Amino acid sequence: MAFKHVNKGVKRVDAYEKVTGKAKFGADLEFANMLYAKVLRTEYPHAKILKIETSEAEKMPGVKGVFTAKDIPNNLFGVIVQDQQVLAEDKVVLAGDGVAMVVAESEAEAAAALEKIEVDYEELEGVFDPLEARKEGALKLHPEKEDNQVIHHPLRKGDVEKGFAEADVVLEREYTTQFIEHSYLEPEAVVVVPNEDNHLVSVYGSIQNPYATRNAVSAVLEVELADVRVIQNHIGGSFGGKDEVVSAMAARAAVMAIATGRPVKMVNSREESFTESYKRHPYHLTYKIGATKEGKLTAMEIEAVADSGGYACQTPFVTWRSVVQATGPYEVENVKTDTYGYYTNNPYTGAMRGYGSPQVIFAQESLMDELAGELGLEPVELRKRNMYSQGSVTASGQKLDRHTVSLNEVMDKAMEAIDYKNKYEEYSKEQSGDKKKGIGLSISFRGCSLGAEAIDAAASVIQINKDGSVAVYSGLAENGQGLKTIFSQMAAEVLGIPMSEVEFKELDTSFTPDSGSTVASRATLIGGNAVKDAAEKLKQRIMTFAQDKYELDAEVMELKDGFLYDGQGNRLATFADLTGEMGNTGILMSAYGWYKSPPISWDEEKGCGNPYFTYVYGCQIAEVEVDTGTGELSVINMAAAHDVGRAINPENVKGQIYGGVMMGLGYGIMEELELRDGVIQGTNFHDYMIPTIKDMPDIKPVIVENPDPDGPFGAKSIGEPTLELGSAAIANAVAHASGKRIRSLPLNLERVLIGRALHKGGK
Amino acid sequence: MAKLDVELTVNGEKHKLKVGSQERLLDTIREQLKLTGTKEGCSVGECGACTVIVDDQAVNSCMVLTAQVDGSEIITVEGLESKSGLHPLQKAFIEKQAVQCGFCTPGMLMSALALLNTNPEPSKEEIKTALEGNLCRCTGYQQIIDAVEMAAEEWGA
Repeated sequence: MAFKHVNKGVKRVDAYEKVTGKAKFGADLEFANMLYAKVLRTEYPHAKILKIETSEAEKMPGVKGVFTAKDIPNNLFGVIVQDQQVLAEDKVVLAGDGVAMVVAESEAEAAAALEKIEVDYEELEGVFDPLEARKEGALKLHPEKEDNQVIHHPLRKGDVEKGFAEADVVLEREYTTQFIEHSYLEPEAVVVVPNEDNHLVSVYGSIQNPYATRNAVSAVLEVELADVRVIQNHIGGSFGGKDEVVSAMAARAAVMAIATGRPVKMVNSREESFTESYKRHPYHLTYKIGATKEGKLTAMEIEAVADSGGYACQTPFVTWRSVVQATGPYEVENVKTDTYGYYTNNPYTGAMRGYGSPQVIFAQESLMDELAGELGLEPVELRKRNMYSQGSVTASGQKLDRHTVSLNEVMDKAMEAIDYKNKYEEYSKEQSGDKKKGIGLSISFRGCSLGAEAIDAAASVIQINKDGSVAVYSGLAENGQGLKTIFSQMAAEVLGIPMSEVEFKELDTSFTPDSGSTVASRATLIGGNAVKDAAEKLKQRIMTFAQDKYELDAEVMELKDGFLYDGQGNRLATFADLTGEMGNTGILMSAYGWYKSPPISWDEEKGCGNPYFTYVYGCQIAEVEVDTGTGELSVINMAAAHDVGRAINPENVKGQIYGGVMMGLGYGIMEELELRDGVIQGTNFHDYMIPTIKDMPDIKPVIVENPDPDGPFGAKSIGEPTLELGSAAIANAVAHASGKRIRSLPLNLERVLIGRALHKGGK
Repeated sequence: MAKLDVELTVNGEKHKLKVGSQERLLDTIREQLKLTGTKEGCSVGECGACTVIVDDQAVNSCMVLTAQVDGSEIITVEGLESKSGLHPLQKAFIEKQAVQCGFCTPGMLMSALALLNTNPEPSKEEIKTALEGNLCRCTGYQQIIDAVEMAAEEWGA
């Protein structure tokens, strides 16, 4: 099919405002009569609050109010489990819990007043390791709960005992992963304006999921959803990170805005952002795998224990994605998987790009290379003997036959892009000197969108103005990933108009229908289908009108380049004249689009079903050089091949690949949020290093396209798959180069050199 | 606290301002001049989001007191576009898809501008060195390098 706008690297529709400094982010907003607020956060990871004395703070210059938990109408919120406090009341469960807040005429006055608040604590013992938190008799974080377990997801298939008995080789390995900071460049910011346009509160700011934030604010204020309006501004990166933490911020600002009757602005410093925001879950993973000497997998037994920190947050869903993908993309007859989440007094953990997959992929793809070594097989060969192909059945019993299973293709294309075979052969030979090169790969399958986590549907609205210009609204939110551009391309494609005629409008919850959250790499797939649906409804209306007007078959006529054609190459009318005429005759020129995903299923007791309606496949390969004398690790080249179904905008897809590979590189070799008894050591970028431009390997992105029958124009997902594969590929390359297998992330200097972290208790 | 009188030329326009002795150039730019294109990302000179050009040098405006740069000529992202249109760097950033969330973009543009002003034909390594102080979490940097290379070519042409 020949496309006009889709499948083309058209320029981003929001680029102009971003390169000129015109784009307004949360911290850039100003409203008349605006106040500023700050939060006092505890330094204790676990303590009883005995007393909060605010009277001195209230007398400070410029102060308009000091608030504690008793001032919050409903102090509990949470997307899945309502266990998170807007402000801690009796007890803090993590260092960073807010205990009081001040609103004042200026930020400096609010900050000065915070220092006058006195809080008496009684320190409590803490539990800082989920393996401790799960033990019987362990100290309980939330007294009202039975124990510290947030969630347990089991999966059972076949009989693992039988499978291990059939194996010639059985390996048992443990792997660990670390806390990661999202490190979006823009710290969180919101402004809440009271009594604007008939809304009790309007919330502006850097909000990943406007509907989730609206839910939280309305629940906290105990008002109707219709009383709360959330308007999303440009957001300076999120990666899953600006959800619950921003909802809490918005709820706090809303309480103060209502109390003072004035707009209230809150902007986190980088230190506040590190201290308060949720992190990527660290996992402790135990894998047991059996295979015949021919390299056929017979059984896998997996346990994954995730640290949920002080709150449940997204842990139940994060660990659910882990249970579905824990075996990797391999056919295994006998599988027993258990994933768990436990409360600890560490920072709480939530959604971060990848969402429960990067951890299990690091373990399981490292394990495949270890097993290949034991069996004397090349890593590629072991994978090819076991990986999914068309019609394969997954660990949960899902037959993969609705879409193209393209593992073989992504693997071959990635190998070709980086010259894998020659390099593997060359680096497998004895290398002289301290500096040794290696090459390693990893592959994955990934369920697209939410899966059986929740109802998966989205809306859009398209409105054709009387001059033929078109406004597109979506219930999903631009997070910087390029959604506005993708959706505009789709609308232009269906309506046969130039991109310049399409204007994408900011998300406003008072107007666009609730479409769930912009998460799970679901925007292009689910939101795109909704945009396409609205555009197709309008197109049908236009063609019906044209059929009567020109007495030509609607099937013959064509909308293209802003004109209606008769099918013989003759222009009948401009899009503007035709649609303007329709509007003038009283025809509704706007349409709602809606898309609900195909049926999915999950049996929580047995861990079986069809958890996702489609999957994407990827392969990443890393080429490294290890200095075995110093432990210095350089990632020289990376290839990343991803099946996206159809690339709506190939240049955007490449941008996602480059960015995801670099974030995966940070996860793999440098990033680790260091904690001491639950307290973060270093809360800015001089302590927590993320990759700079100098850390870039040469990255070769490879886009693979097998259009999906359920995707808009065949498109699926790309955001998250790009970062889940890198750490395992790099670990495998390091093992290939140096002979050293590292089973803990990140692969930093000390782990590469001496095999463990230098800090206390380091693995 | 006594305010100090300073004079700054920002994007070609002269401003007489009163500033506190501890006022950062970033605050003067964002709060007094309302030029909010310059971003605050870390406040400790690590992320580069607040990069502006002070007398031809790219600097982190969070690390400079306004009083220190009295009399200086300053360029912010808002000063790039002119009546004749977008600057070649801005065009290249759009053309090469070097923008995702856009929060690092103003700082990246300023660091790149300082580079091209002194080195119109930079090598890839020189581009990396010039942008080393600017963090980006979205793009993986590749398309930013592509954009600076394209701008250098356009500019030289």
